[in-house]
Amino acid sequence: MIKADSIVKQFAGRIVLDHVSVAFEPGRTNLIIGRSGSGKTVLMKCLVGLLEVDEGEIYYNNRLFSKMTAVERRPVRQELGMLFQGGALFDSMNVVENVMFPLNMYTNDSRADKQKRVDFCLERVNLSQAARLMPSELSGGMVKRVAIARAISLNPRYLFCDEPNSGLDPQTATLIDNLILEITRESNITTVINTHDMNSVLQIGDHVHFIHEGKLWWQGDKTNILDTENSELNQFLFSTELTRRLKKN
Amino acid sequence: MNVIEHTGSYVLLMRQVLTRPDRHSLFLRQLINEIHKVGFDSLGIVAIISVFMGMVVTIQTAYNIDSPLIPLSMVGFTARQSVILEFSPTIISLILAGKVGSSIASEIGTMRVTEQIDALEVMGINSANFLILPKVIAAMLFNPVLIIFSIGLSLLGGYFVALFTSLFTPGDYVTGLRFSFEGFTVFYALIKTVVFAFLITTVSAYQGYIIKGGALEVGRSSTTAVVRSSILIILFNLILTQLLLT
Repeated sequence: MIKADSIVKQFAGRIVLDHVSVAFEPGRTNLIIGRSGSGKTVLMKCLVGLLEVDEGEIYYNNRLFSKMTAVERRPVRQELGMLFQGGALFDSMNVVENVMFPLNMYTNDSRADKQKRVDFCLERVNLSQAARLMPSELSGGMVKRVAIARAISLNPRYLFCDEPNSGLDPQTATLIDNLILEITRESNITTVINTHDMNSVLQIGDHVHFIHEGKLWWQGDKTNILDTENSELNQFLFSTELTRRLKKN
Repeated sequence: MNVIEHTGSYVLLMRQVLTRPDRHSLFLRQLINEIHKVGFDSLGIVAIISVFMGMVVTIQTAYNIDSPLIPLSMVGFTARQSVILEFSPTIISLILAGKVGSSIASEIGTMRVTEQIDALEVMGINSANFLILPKVIAAMLFNPVLIIFSIGLSLLGGYFVALFTSLFTPGDYVTGLRFSFEGFTVFYALIKTVVFAFLITTVSAYQGYIIKGGALEVGRSSTTAVVRSSILIILFNLILTQLLLT
């Protein structure tokens, strides 16, 4: 379980996260939604330690992550996988090398064992045929799937996904969502997903947190999000013609 | 950021860079890759510049020594001293600051803006050490080789002038090359080269590492890396010359 307790983050005096408290449970897809600039990416970066919080605490299974030194954080970080918005695959490495990279860094397994694990991860994301391709030769959806394979190569306990289906067509986006959901369920991972895609919310939103102007405005799940009375959330949810028509029906 | 902030930020980055690598096997693999990129890929340009530089230095020296009191062998002597003391270590390092420095700044800068550095950090890897240290060590190991190669080719360029012009004879030139040779001058050139190699790689890597923004910033940081490392080369050239030769 990941817990953030009253965290505050500001940049040059501007408060971006204002005493946000959230808890993310294992085996569930925990979504953070909100408009662009609402603070959800900053929240995720604070959770993984890419940004330091100004106030508040972050716990990974009761381990106080936010107060740890870089060296103390290493064991926690080895339990953590992250899918970045643009994939963040290493340009100089092919697909296999990208997926094998965390294994090379953190395991003493034999080459054959590592290859077996890479094959499994690539099989899991349906990309066995792309093993020798370079990142520049992959489509947007393939990049995301390779990034997922890399993120799960070390069997993480926590998986973070920053806008996993941005820039993808609806079908590929659904495929990525389903993949993340399946992996979360299979390995009982604590998955945290940043998104503003309503399809994702309704499809895989086991627990949804709505961030608005740096504050946690609402939380619930996909079954009750459409019936909420929260005006800010409703404005966010029904901002497109399609969702407004759906609501009318 | 002002000069003091940049200096502080550079020193802090160097503290991260100059630590033991996480995985020695991976470090060695990267080091070999970097020696190839930083070193072998520069052989061509170093060779061309060195040969022509040697020829020009020799011709200009010959034209400026027209007194019957000065023996023609002094052309070889002067060319040798100029090439070893200044032209090869400093000019070639400036060329490398342009070639290698811009490449390092844009490579690391692109990794920064495409979140590849964040990906390393999330994995718990010291990204500065992982990305920059192999480049620094590769340049410090291989640039002296490039400079020795450059000195050899520059002197060979001078020999070609002796062969194909009537300014002086090859015999005069070789006599001059061998006249009053002090091994320390080569040592001095190599010390300068190692310091310049450190400056080129760390300053360029720093410029790439601190990028915020997108593609435009990558281009800008690449230019800044070349300008700043060139200025530092000139400055340290003066400091080292004062320290080692006076």
